[in-house]
Amino acid sequence: MKHIAFGILGAATLGFMASAASASTLDTVKAKGFIQCGVSTGLAGFSAPDDKGDWQGIDADFCRAVAAAVFGDGTKVKFTPLSAKERFTALQSGEVDVLSRNTTWTINRDTALGLNFVGTTYYDGQGFMINAKKLPGVNSALQLSGAAVCVQSGTTTELNLADYFKANKMEYNPVVFEKLEEVNAAYDAGRCDVYTTDQSGLYGIRLTLGSPADHVVLPEIISKEPLGPAVRQGDDQWYHIVKWTYFALLDAEELGITKANVDEMKNSASPEIKRVLGQEADTKIGTDLGVSNDWVVNIVKAVGNYGEMFDKNVGSGSPLKIARGINALWTKGGLQYAPPIR
Amino acid sequence: MASQEVLREESNRASFVNDPKVRSLFFQTLVVIVLFGSVWWIVQNVIDNLQRLHIASGFGFLKGRAGFDISDTPIAYTSDDTYGRAIVVGLINTIIVAVAGVITATIIGFVIGIGRLSQNWLIQKICTVYVEVFRNIPPLLVIFFWYSGVLAVLPAPRDSIHLPFGSFLNQRGFYFPRTIWGEGSWLILVAFVVAVAMAWFVARRARQRQMATGQQFPVFWTSVALIVGLPLLAFLLSGMPLTFDLPKQSTFNLTGGFQVKPEFLSLYLALSCYTAAFIAEIVRAGIRGVSKGQTEAAGALGLRSGPILRLVVVPQAMRIVIPPLTSQYLNLTKNSSLAIAIGYPDLTATAGTVLNQTGQAVEGVLIMMVAYLILSLVTSAVMNVVNAKMALVER
Repeated sequence: MKHIAFGILGAATLGFMASAASASTLDTVKAKGFIQCGVSTGLAGFSAPDDKGDWQGIDADFCRAVAAAVFGDGTKVKFTPLSAKERFTALQSGEVDVLSRNTTWTINRDTALGLNFVGTTYYDGQGFMINAKKLPGVNSALQLSGAAVCVQSGTTTELNLADYFKANKMEYNPVVFEKLEEVNAAYDAGRCDVYTTDQSGLYGIRLTLGSPADHVVLPEIISKEPLGPAVRQGDDQWYHIVKWTYFALLDAEELGITKANVDEMKNSASPEIKRVLGQEADTKIGTDLGVSNDWVVNIVKAVGNYGEMFDKNVGSGSPLKIARGINALWTKGGLQYAPPIR
Repeated sequence: MASQEVLREESNRASFVNDPKVRSLFFQTLVVIVLFGSVWWIVQNVIDNLQRLHIASGFGFLKGRAGFDISDTPIAYTSDDTYGRAIVVGLINTIIVAVAGVITATIIGFVIGIGRLSQNWLIQKICTVYVEVFRNIPPLLVIFFWYSGVLAVLPAPRDSIHLPFGSFLNQRGFYFPRTIWGEGSWLILVAFVVAVAMAWFVARRARQRQMATGQQFPVFWTSVALIVGLPLLAFLLSGMPLTFDLPKQSTFNLTGGFQVKPEFLSLYLALSCYTAAFIAEIVRAGIRGVSKGQTEAAGALGLRSGPILRLVVVPQAMRIVIPPLTSQYLNLTKNSSLAIAIGYPDLTATAGTVLNQTGQAVEGVLIMMVAYLILSLVTSAVMNVVNAKMALVER
């Protein structure tokens, strides 16, 4: 029901929005004093509220990084939990300023939906999880013919699932829910045999199940799922701020700038580090973007660099313990590569 | 004379502004202009904003490949079919659950409603408790009660509960044998159609005879004998061309047979139980609305309590019952959109998925609204016809 309400809300907003070109997102964000950030309804490691009600995860931290770049203060963020179905309408209608919600970057979303993806904060792929205790002997996704598969509606996952089973001439029974919690509950109750979503998500969800040790993630990865933040089309300045926040996180890691050493790094001998941190004389490294010159310092102070963000939320410092893998920097054999800040 | 004419002219001139006809015309025109103006303004604004935000619009997306699967497909559907067809599948699912729910709710409602008027203390109290319980719980909770409280706690497919006739019950739903009709089974269908036609003819003749001579004929039992007997005869004559596809255990689920999924079951049961409580009250009100004198008069004519209810009370009660019954049917149909909470692929769910995959919220919501509007209008129209038939015919 909620997505209908959202649809109508979206339609109504589109209907009543002043037809004259509205103010830029940066101006509105500055005027209201915080960034409205669209996150998931609760996916461990990406965006989920902790026991104090604070949003934790790599997606939540990304919004804090944007807030740090704009305001110099990573706490100036308000989070809006959105279901998979609500997320695009919420961004289109201006309900949120940034959608940072484990969302797959596809051509359709980049064009027809009026969004602009800023980059890939997490390279993911779709996988399958089963209850090994109930289904001994199943160790490949190709043995899943005839299974009931739990999946969240309105996702690329739902589409990949149909494609994969069709390509491998297998049958399956889709059990589709709108909300992540509903899918989790149905899988935990045994309504379906298989849970499919992005592999990182499976690891996160496994931790929330009754007995995590019983469940195994099958080895197959059946799709490319580049997850990243998105903004509305038609506001290049805001798009650049969010995009370069992402690049700044990567460049900081590449240059060895961390939350702990960012202040001493300001006096580094390396001209590159000084330039990135806005310590060059008469620099316009931030003002050209529409933020202050020490924006990278603010970002790193708020959330650390990309590597720190990754370790804390999904990597070795988290219960998920996901290896960097293809999410390592390009210098370490991964795919994360950012253009230089100069 | 002259002064009178002047007077009339003056009063005429004054009445142009004060004339109720002119006034009402003026204000009606004004309202229409304002209404259409604001609608036009909103539509223009939507179009402008969609263009400004670079969001695709129009209904062309309905022809695109859907790419997602649907769990309950009453008509052939695969992920290769179009978005339009996916929405139609959802619409048919909504109609199925609505029709099934309306029939069951009506039956339960009538039984409970009449039960509340029973002389039997126990029956009366049970029916009262039923009405008070279901009427006072939100339908969404009733759905969750059936889904999470009753059907989800059933055993896993491996430990299915065995029921008679090769049926099984487990947390994946209710499985029963699927009938497979072999060669020559068309004969049975023909026999059935013929039997129904004959039963109708017999009923007509019997009524004519009763009108003419006052003699009665056991129409009910003759019809039952015809409708059961003729197809059975055809079945035996054509060499019993019927086999069953029994549900069997496989790696994951039971395969074969016919599966009724728990999503459908819980939605159907919840909507039926919930709406039945309201229908029961309507039926009770309807029966109470028939004056007691009618029952007494019928009794004085020598009718027993069964025929009194069937021939005198219920036909008059129906005139009171049908109009509010229509509202309940409409409510049930609209409440079926709560299916989204448990993942039954009704119109709201599939159109919502299409809306999300294509991102065309305005069009998606518009399609849903129009579809529900049409469903409701059709229901109303059908019930109006029924109402007209039941209405007092003046002779």
